[in-house]
Amino acid sequence: MVVVSHSRPLADAAVALARQMLPGTEVAVEVAAGTDDGGLGTDAVAISAAITAADSGDGVVVLMDLGSAVMSAETALEFLDDEVRDRVVLSPGPLVEGLVGAVVVASGGADRERVAAEALRGLAPKQAHLG
Amino acid sequence: MGGLSVADGLDVANLQAWIREFARTVSEHRDELTALDSAIGDADHGTNLDRGMSAAVAALEAAPPADPAALLKQVGMTLVSKVGGASGPLYGTFFLRMAGALGNDPADGEAFARALRAGLDGVVARGKAEPGDKTMLDALAPACDALDAALADGQPLDLALAAAAEAARRGRDATVPLVARKGRASYLGERSAGHQDPGATSTALLLDAAVATLAGG
Repeated sequence: MVVVSHSRPLADAAVALARQMLPGTEVAVEVAAGTDDGGLGTDAVAISAAITAADSGDGVVVLMDLGSAVMSAETALEFLDDEVRDRVVLSPGPLVEGLVGAVVVASGGADRERVAAEALRGLAPKQAHLG
Repeated sequence: MGGLSVADGLDVANLQAWIREFARTVSEHRDELTALDSAIGDADHGTNLDRGMSAAVAALEAAPPADPAALLKQVGMTLVSKVGGASGPLYGTFFLRMAGALGNDPADGEAFARALRAGLDGVVARGKAEPGDKTMLDALAPACDALDAALADGQPLDLALAAAAEAARRGRDATVPLVARKGRASYLGERSAGHQDPGATSTALLLDAAVATLAGG
């Protein structure tokens, strides 16, 4: 999985929150967030590198925050080899809730489609609770 | 720009002058662009684009590209990496698509116009904006149309570029009453009306820079 955010602290905290669900389990979660001077922003080249680092051949699900994060992630796909690009899903799911759900199913060995589906339904528990 | 001649087509030196002039005017207008963006967005357009274009100029000084396509590819790759905000993937894709359309040889007016339109198509594909959404597209699309029309009319490149820049400025001005339908400004809905779009404003600077550097001879 890859987390793309304008903010490095936001991305790192989302990953920490998700990993809390999985003590002792390893799921590959890469972060591409913030500008290289520590500011707010996204970097398509860094996203492309994070996807490559996360890819072990089974596919990569990318979760993003908003705005340029989405366009930078789409741009990053252009820099990947065709074979890798075909294994990548850019998820429209919510960043925090989607990541928690996706990491849990990914740690159970779910395939890319299951993980992406879980990310997409990330808001469902909250919506059900609040009616 | 003394010493540059476009008689044999736009070469890497001509296009480098264009990029430098765009970087200079973005820097000059940085606070104005950011102020426009603070009215309807996230107050970073001037700062972000200035950071990206400064990095692009630094990159072409560190590793001078050999031909027009290599130059614009380098500018595009720098922008997608260094800008940080939405103008990174948008302007970055614009220059990458221009690079893909230009090839390695000097470009005549028609080739430059085709490349500019390829850049426009890239901005549309990346941002999924439509005309009238209050975006950079509202300056860029009329500029491409005006350039094509002027060249088809047999006008020389300097007059055609002047017409394109004029169309971009009119398009920029016409964004004022529009309600934003893309980007952070779209969260504001009706409140975005009455403000000039920052992206259309920087795009008008891009066309003005082309007139200043590519139209001479």
